[in-house]
Amino acid sequence: MREVVAEFERPVMLYSVGKDSAVMLHLARKAFFPGRPPFPLLHVDTTWKFRDMYAFRDRMAVESGMELLIHRNPEALARRINPFDHGSSLHTDLWKTQGLRQALDMHRFDAAFGGARRDEEKSRAKERIFSFRSAGHRWDPKNQRPELWNLYNTRRAPGETVRVFPISNWTELDVWQYIQLEAIPIPSLYLAAERPVVSRGGTLIMVDDDRMPLAPGETPELRSVRFRTLGCYPLTGAVESQADTLTAVIGEMLLARTSERQGRMIDHDQAASMEKKKQEGYF
Amino acid sequence: MADATDLPGVPALGDIDAYLEAHRHKSLLRFITCGSVDDGKSTLIGRLLFDSKMIFEDQLAALASDSRRLGTQGQEIDFALLVDGLAAEREQGITIDVAYRFFTTEKRKFIVADTPGHEQYTRNMVTGASTADLAVLLVDARKGILTQTRRHAFLAGLLGIRHLVLAVNKMDLVDWEQDRFDAIVADFAGFGARIGLSAAMAIPMSGLRGDNVTHPGDAAPWYRGPTLLAHLEEVAIDHSGMAERPFRMPVQWVNRPDPSFRGFSGLISAGAVRPGDTIRALPSGRDAIVTRIVTADGDLPSARAGQSVTLTLDREIDISRGDLLADQSRPAPVADQFEATIVWMADEPLLVSRSYWLKLGTRLVPATVTELRHQINVNTLEHLAAKTLQLNAIAICNVALDQPVPFDPYEENRDTGGFILIDRLSNGTVAAGMIRFALRRSENVRWQSLDVDKAARALMNNQVPRVAWFTGFSGAGKSTIANLVEKRLHSLGRRTYILDGDNIRHGLNKDLGFTAGDRVENIRRVAEVARLMVDAGLIVLVSFISPFRAERRLARERLEPGEFVEVFVDTPLADAEKRDVKGLYAKARSGALRNFTGIDSPYERPEHPEIHVDTTREAPDAAAERIVAWLLADAPAAADGNRSPRYTSETGRDPTASGTDEVEGDAP
Repeated sequence: MREVVAEFERPVMLYSVGKDSAVMLHLARKAFFPGRPPFPLLHVDTTWKFRDMYAFRDRMAVESGMELLIHRNPEALARRINPFDHGSSLHTDLWKTQGLRQALDMHRFDAAFGGARRDEEKSRAKERIFSFRSAGHRWDPKNQRPELWNLYNTRRAPGETVRVFPISNWTELDVWQYIQLEAIPIPSLYLAAERPVVSRGGTLIMVDDDRMPLAPGETPELRSVRFRTLGCYPLTGAVESQADTLTAVIGEMLLARTSERQGRMIDHDQAASMEKKKQEGYF
Repeated sequence: MADATDLPGVPALGDIDAYLEAHRHKSLLRFITCGSVDDGKSTLIGRLLFDSKMIFEDQLAALASDSRRLGTQGQEIDFALLVDGLAAEREQGITIDVAYRFFTTEKRKFIVADTPGHEQYTRNMVTGASTADLAVLLVDARKGILTQTRRHAFLAGLLGIRHLVLAVNKMDLVDWEQDRFDAIVADFAGFGARIGLSAAMAIPMSGLRGDNVTHPGDAAPWYRGPTLLAHLEEVAIDHSGMAERPFRMPVQWVNRPDPSFRGFSGLISAGAVRPGDTIRALPSGRDAIVTRIVTADGDLPSARAGQSVTLTLDREIDISRGDLLADQSRPAPVADQFEATIVWMADEPLLVSRSYWLKLGTRLVPATVTELRHQINVNTLEHLAAKTLQLNAIAICNVALDQPVPFDPYEENRDTGGFILIDRLSNGTVAAGMIRFALRRSENVRWQSLDVDKAARALMNNQVPRVAWFTGFSGAGKSTIANLVEKRLHSLGRRTYILDGDNIRHGLNKDLGFTAGDRVENIRRVAEVARLMVDAGLIVLVSFISPFRAERRLARERLEPGEFVEVFVDTPLADAEKRDVKGLYAKARSGALRNFTGIDSPYERPEHPEIHVDTTREAPDAAAERIVAWLLADAPAAADGNRSPRYTSETGRDPTASGTDEVEGDAP
């Protein structure tokens, strides 16, 4: 992180309010201690996150003393894009992929920190720690710079930007363990509690507000659930769980038979979907 | 899928804390797998992940469907598909980049870099190896030791990997014949001895079936050694060694949030530090005492290799990003020339004398390879003479920097002895380098300072010395215009000299040909001569095709700002070829002349020339007048008074700003 701040003009930290973001923010505060991290936080909002996430985000911004920038794609806002009427693919593309590109262009950020990890998904296993994007934000997996030792080539042409993934080499277990050891605050959604959910196509979706249209005869029922990953509530599957402490969550994780991103409906849209999204400018 | 109780290292729920505690203290082994295409690397890694239960159900389901669609194993699971992530390589069936994978056993955590066997991607192997403690070298039992095997073994040794495992794979396809295995091991031992690799652990295995990967196979009763996984778990790795070495910390960031606090942040690459220790800042050589080791969790009593810290010092000494903090009693050497091993990683060849960026630690400095001592043929280990390096070439060379930097030999410290070279135009990482030692000559050759300097000589000549550098195609009219300019300057009483491409090649540069490497040296020598002439107070007109931007910039950087005037004589290739005064285009077209600029050798157009002459719109006389005006813009009035008033300008730095409307495209 210090490397980026030293070599780039306008860095920003992408803050998605999830546990990886929590770890990133914590690391940033440690890296620049006793100073404050010399960059803002950017939340690319979709208006469809869990209410708890918004509350948590605002609290963390105040606590860290860092500037919080919130970007909502004005086009998506005007067209009232939502996952119910437009499908998860268009929803994600407009709010997240296009939204992120707009925000980076608007603020002319030349480096953006992200919390992606190589253990999450196959195409991310090959991602560099410093990942170069062309002036159009595209990622070319065949034309990446070799990263030797801990030397990062940060030279770039005007308009080129870089996504930086400081916790690339962490595993899900490392993240949880670090959260526990350092007592890093995370949204309570990660811990099990009674929440109103409906089951759709085998996935438990939490009814977080009344914007969610219910099918005839569909009634939310209270179940003890938690989330392994946080995103837009209509697109984030809950798992049934009694784990209401960090230790219990880690225990369940160790026994889990499905990988972390499974709750993310966007990954299953099409083959090589993550790689395709990345080439288009998604994280 | 196995029951939870079968999971290695996963205890019952109640023991989570104990498990986490154990997990925290597990050591981490980073290793790479390498070998030729189709030796089964991805399959082996897939097998390790699968057998250590790192594959989740949803991944397994996706894998099973992919295997039927794309796999090469019929209805069986194709483990390689688990690891080969990118869509393009799925189609080609080869791994094209470095992929990092993670798995854990009861004894260790592992990060494995899957590096490609395809020859054109050897740079990725070097990348993976740069952070690895151990290399698993795969050999197809049917094929034995191949060129790629030798290359990868050599690279692993070069990058300082001390532990090597020779994994003789696909043993099931040779019926687990011991003779076959022994022959491969003996073959490799012969090669290993020659490159100074310590004895490798050799294991016969089948990645596809899993024998001797994670569980002992019964197919080869003659083999009594450990499985691959058992060896990876047990092999002694020496992370603590770095902590015993002299203290080194490259300064990454000067932390000064407010005037009362000034700390130096970085990752300790070797040794340990305590408050009270005296450290030396390099290259300045100033000493100071460490007062605090600051972290967000409170001050530390000591810190060692591998920790990121912020140090405060007892006195204000000038330290900035890129400096090295070192043990005062055992400081790092400081030099501006050293001998290094480099691995060339770019499609564009290395050019001796070209200026690159060099990144070492947190410091970025301009550097040139001044001499290629020899290239190494990794198959025969022969030393070959080389004038340039192509992709994947390895060579010993001399590197010169434009300022002294602190370093350690790579053997002693990867972080302070390993560097990368960066192309100044494309910004691509073009080479990995490992410092061997400093060259003494940088200490013995001192600059002789002289009393009569350039300014004094310029005054005597009553002119502002500079270089007009004419670049363009052969036959563009460079020499014609340069000749007119010199005649005009001469008539105005100015002291001049023309360095002409053809003429210089008859003498000073007659040993040089027309390869890219020779062209660079050609320009370097001319740039040096031009610089000496400017130092002597002359106005120098250089008329050289000089096709490469990098060399024209090198020439510019040898001079002071304002002294270098780039004149782009811009003629369409067709026109130059039509003119063909010397009959060279005809020869080049017929193939009798090779590496001819514009025909089979590129010309890189200047991006921001001071003067742009479009020969389709401006006659040579007019262009010459314009160039003379620029060269004399700030010259003192000629002593004999015969200087034309139209060239006199008290303030104008840019005489082309007026009277040159006929030409477009002049850079500001």
